Amino acid sequence: MRLTQNRRKGSLVGSLAYWLFAACAILSIVTTFGIVVSLLSQSLGFFKEIPIWDFLFGTNWSPILKDAEGNRHYGVLPLVAGTILVATIAAAVAIPIGLAIAIFLAEYAHDKVRKTIKPVLEVLAGIPTVVYGYFALTFVTPQLQKIPLKIFQEDLLVFNALSAGLVMGLMIIPMVSSLSEDAMMAVPRSLRYAAYALGATRLEVARKVVVPAAFSGIVASFILGFSRAIGETMLVTIAAGATPRFTFNPLESIQAMTAYIVQLALGEAPHGSLEYNTIFAVGLLLFFMTLGMNVAGHFLVRRFREEY
Amino acid sequence: MRAESSNITSKLNPRLVLRKRIGALAYTVFVLSIAVGLAGLLVLLTQVLLQGLPWVSWHFLTDYPSRFPEIAGMRSAIFGSIWIMGLTFIFTVPVGVGAAIYLEEYAPKNWFTRIIEINISNLAGVPSIVYGLLGLALFVEILQMGRIIVAGALTMSLLVMPIVIIASREAIKAVPQTYREASYGLGATKFQTVKEIVVPHATPGIMTGTILAMSRAIGEAAPMVAISALVYITFSPSSPLDQFTVMPIQIFNWVADPRPGFRGLAAAGIIILLVILLTMNTVAIYVRNKTQKRSEE
Repeated sequence: MRLTQNRRKGSLVGSLAYWLFAACAILSIVTTFGIVVSLLSQSLGFFKEIPIWDFLFGTNWSPILKDAEGNRHYGVLPLVAGTILVATIAAAVAIPIGLAIAIFLAEYAHDKVRKTIKPVLEVLAGIPTVVYGYFALTFVTPQLQKIPLKIFQEDLLVFNALSAGLVMGLMIIPMVSSLSEDAMMAVPRSLRYAAYALGATRLEVARKVVVPAAFSGIVASFILGFSRAIGETMLVTIAAGATPRFTFNPLESIQAMTAYIVQLALGEAPHGSLEYNTIFAVGLLLFFMTLGMNVAGHFLVRRFREEY
Repeated sequence: MRAESSNITSKLNPRLVLRKRIGALAYTVFVLSIAVGLAGLLVLLTQVLLQGLPWVSWHFLTDYPSRFPEIAGMRSAIFGSIWIMGLTFIFTVPVGVGAAIYLEEYAPKNWFTRIIEINISNLAGVPSIVYGLLGLALFVEILQMGRIIVAGALTMSLLVMPIVIIASREAIKAVPQTYREASYGLGATKFQTVKEIVVPHATPGIMTGTILAMSRAIGEAAPMVAISALVYITFSPSSPLDQFTVMPIQIFNWVADPRPGFRGLAAAGIIILLVILLTMNTVAIYVRNKTQKRSEE
C-alpha cells in the first residue's frame, strides 16, 4: 500500500518535472518567435508608409534629418554597404590568419603548445566589444593616420571603416581558427598517414589532404565569422562613425546597421514615430541576414560531421 | 654519408629540396599568424593599461559619474551591472538547465527535438543588438515595464540562455551511463535519477558554462543600450524596478566623449571590467580542473 502510494506520488512529481523541463526547452522556440513577431509588429507601421521595395533598394538613408527639399529618405542600402564593408575588411584579416593558425594547431603543433596557445587566443573572443571599439578609436586609427594613406586622394578620417574592420578581424580570429581546427582535427589520421607514406611533406598533407577533407567545416567557420562581424555593434558604433553613406571606400566614415540602431535608441525619437520604427525594420533585416548565414554555416558543419 | 644519401634523394626526386623549402616557408607564415594574433592581444592590453592605470583609484569605484573627469567614477554602473548579473543568473540557470535536462534525458529523437536543437544553435548566433530590440519591443513597450533593471535582466537572460543550455547539455552528456543504470537498478524513478545522480554530477560543468555565460553578459553593451537608453545616472539602483546603467555602457559613454580625460576614464573602466572577467574565468577554469582531477581518481 505504502509502496504504491509512494510510487504514484513519484510519478506525479516525475511527470510534473517532465513538463517543466519540456517547457524550458520550448521557451527557446518561443524566443525565436518572439524575436520575429516583435520585430515584425513594430516595423509593420514603418512598412505601411514606406514601401518595402524603397526600403531595401533605396540608396539614400536620412530618416532623421531632412534634405534641402524637406524630404526624408528611407533607403537602407547605405547602412547595408557600411556593414558589409566593415565585415569584409574583418574577413580579409581573420580568414587567412585564422586558417593559418588552425593549420598550425591541427597539423604542426605539439599537444603542449596547442594547449597553451588556444586558451590565450580565445581570450581575444572573450574581450567585450566596447574594449575593441576603444582600441580601434584610440590606438589603431591614430597609428594608421601616421601612414600616408592617400589611395583616394583623401586622408583617413577619425571615424573610418578601415580601423573598425581591422580590429574586428582581430576579434573574430579565434572564431575562425577554433572552428576550422575542430574540422581539421576530425579528419581521420589514416588519411594523413596514407599521404605521408606516399612521400608528401607536412605542408602537402595539410594543403592537399586535410584542408580539402575539412573543407565544409572550414567554409562554415568563414560564414559564421562573417555573420558575427555583421551583427557586431559596439565596435562599429564607436570607431566606424555615424554617417550613412553608400560607399565602399574604407577611409571614409560610414554607418553600420547596428550602429544606426544604437544611435537611434540613444536619441530622442518619440516612441511609435516613423523614425523610431526604422530601428525595428533595420533590426529585422539584420536578423534575417545573420539567420541565413548561420543556417548555412550550421548546415555545413553538420554535413561535414556526418561524413566520417 | 649524409651528403651522399641526400644526393641520392635529390636524384630520385629532384623537386624534394624545393618542396621542403616551400614547407619551411609555409611554417614560418603559420607561426607569424599566431604571432599576429598574440601581438594584437598584447598591444590592446598594453594600450588599455598605459592609458587607464593613472585613472584607477578607490574613488573611481565609489563615486558617481561627473562632468569633471578627475572626480568621476563608475559607482552607478557597477551597481547596475551587479543587479543585472544577479537577476540574469536567477532567470537563466533554472530554465537553461531544465532545457538541457529535457534535451539530454527525456526528449525523443524526432523532428521536434531536432527543431529545438537547431533553433538553439541559431539563437546563439543572433546579434546581441537584436535581443536588445526584442527586449525593447516586448518588455519595455508591449508589457509596459519601462526601462528598468528587470527588463534588462530578462533581455540578457534570453541572450545568454543558449550558452547555458549548450554547456549544460555537454556536462549532462559527460555523466557516465553506468551511473544512471545503477540508479535504475536500485529502483529509482527517472526523475529521482535525474535529481540525485545526473544533476549533482553535472553541476561543475554546468557551473563552468554558467560562469562563461555570465562573463559574456557582463561585457554586453549593445542590448543594454537599447533597454536602458539612459546613460547618465547618478544614483545607485536599489530595487529591480529602478532605471539603470551598466559598466560597458558607462565605458562607451566615456569613449564617445572627446573632451580631454574621458578616454582615460574609459580605459580605467575597461581595466575594472577586464579584472572582473579575468576573475570569473579563473574561477571557471579552477572548477573545471578540479572536476577533471576527480574523474581521474
